[in-house]
Amino acid sequence: MKTYSHLHEKLASGEFAVTGECGPPRGANVKVIDKKIKLLQGFVDAVNVTDNQTAIVRMSSIAASAHLVAAGLEPVMQMVVRDRNRIAIQSDIMGAYSLGIRNILCLSGDHQKFGSQPDAMNVFDIDSVNLIRTVKDMRDTGKDMSGFDLDVAPRMFIGAAANPFADPFEYRVIRLAKKIDAGADFIQTQCIYNMDRFKEWIRLASEQGLTDKVYILGGITPLKSAGMARYMNNKVAGMDVPESIIKRMDGVDKKSQADEGIKICLETIEELKETNGVHGVHIMAIEWEEAVGQIVEQASLK
Amino acid sequence: MITASQKPINEIIELVEPYKKLLILGCGTCVKTCFAGGEDEVAVLASALKLSFKKMARPIEIEELTIERQCENEFIQEASPGIARNDAVLSLACGAGVQAMAKRFAKEVVLPGLNTTFIGIQESPGIFTEECSGCGNCSLATFGSICPVTRCAKKLLNGPCGGSQKGFCEIDPDTPCAWHLIIERLTTLGQLDNLKTYIPPKNWNTSLSGGPRKLIREDHII
Repeated sequence: MKTYSHLHEKLASGEFAVTGECGPPRGANVKVIDKKIKLLQGFVDAVNVTDNQTAIVRMSSIAASAHLVAAGLEPVMQMVVRDRNRIAIQSDIMGAYSLGIRNILCLSGDHQKFGSQPDAMNVFDIDSVNLIRTVKDMRDTGKDMSGFDLDVAPRMFIGAAANPFADPFEYRVIRLAKKIDAGADFIQTQCIYNMDRFKEWIRLASEQGLTDKVYILGGITPLKSAGMARYMNNKVAGMDVPESIIKRMDGVDKKSQADEGIKICLETIEELKETNGVHGVHIMAIEWEEAVGQIVEQASLK
Repeated sequence: MITASQKPINEIIELVEPYKKLLILGCGTCVKTCFAGGEDEVAVLASALKLSFKKMARPIEIEELTIERQCENEFIQEASPGIARNDAVLSLACGAGVQAMAKRFAKEVVLPGLNTTFIGIQESPGIFTEECSGCGNCSLATFGSICPVTRCAKKLLNGPCGGSQKGFCEIDPDTPCAWHLIIERLTTLGQLDNLKTYIPPKNWNTSLSGGPRKLIREDHII
């Protein structure tokens, strides 16, 4: 079977995959990326490189991904449709492929209203489902959106996001099916704290045969403190941290809250390993990359 | 209707300051309905400006007039004598009205007194909401007559993003998620299957992306 990337190969082999996350710096300092690479290398199969996440201007995901490629750590380049029209999108995908980038995660992007420059105009020329189809068409037909034959077509392993915790719940599985039909090869989910709801979503997806058509990586974010748990629940769009988790974090003294957060992660990963239709985890230790090695080792993922 | 709201009084004062004789020209259709540019608003603004200029000890003569529509030549004519008597026109019309006036009176100064906001409706007394972007290629039939191009903050055509919660948009807890409304309505109509169909990239050529648009009705050209 032809595989497009190392991550694809790992998932195709049936092994439980692990991806991490690297947020590029707010500046041109490559040392920040080098430091994150060192913290993640050897622990994960690939690393998502975020694309101006929360609409805050950072080094581009393409450039940061290229630094990962050079260091021998496989990137999953995130791409949002907020900042580029279809012309820039196709051009950037070709450029990224030429730099050795082999995985892409297709996203809508956080609205710029949240970011550091809310006065900006957004683009949203195409949506994230259109982006998935665009990457697939370029890969499988060797043509751009105008039907022009590309000299060398970018051949990427295509990822998409799913949020089982956003409303309306009933539509979340239809949307997953739509992304798979459009060409998604793998799915990374929003951070899982509400396991009941996640399992219900996976059950519905598997009833429709969707879990056989796509690799699903469950999202994991270690909580550093009870305050962070509350913040994520109240302030972060589309996040669901149940009261029981917040109480549990509150129940230990401040110094031990980070350890408790990691414990919760490890329990979640154990449950995900046992859940049919889950093929790996995506660990998003936001500005806490040090935690990834510990989680991976303690969860026996390596 | 086209909705608009009056510019802040200080901005208006700055705009009209160079002129001694001013015509405040209201527009009696859309912007009257949204309480921004009808007779009543013209009168209130005229009083406010007179008071402000008096305080600054600056003389100004203000004349008031409201016509049916500033965007149509047959009504614009009525303003001709008033315009001739004054140094400048402060137009309380939408951007189309201001420009129609400027086209008709090539040598006169025409200033905007309103910020034009959107094509919308009065949802409840005093609350106006945007409903249409005039994209030139209506697909309301697919979406249960709720427009995602206008009412989804990300113009998503293939379903809601991951940010909507409890029926509201991630950008603002007071803004309903258009996709939530679409799904609710299509469920009621038994047409939820509409949403399983892949919607290809939109052709924006009929919208502002294709440059300023022109509508030609051959049968009405004289």
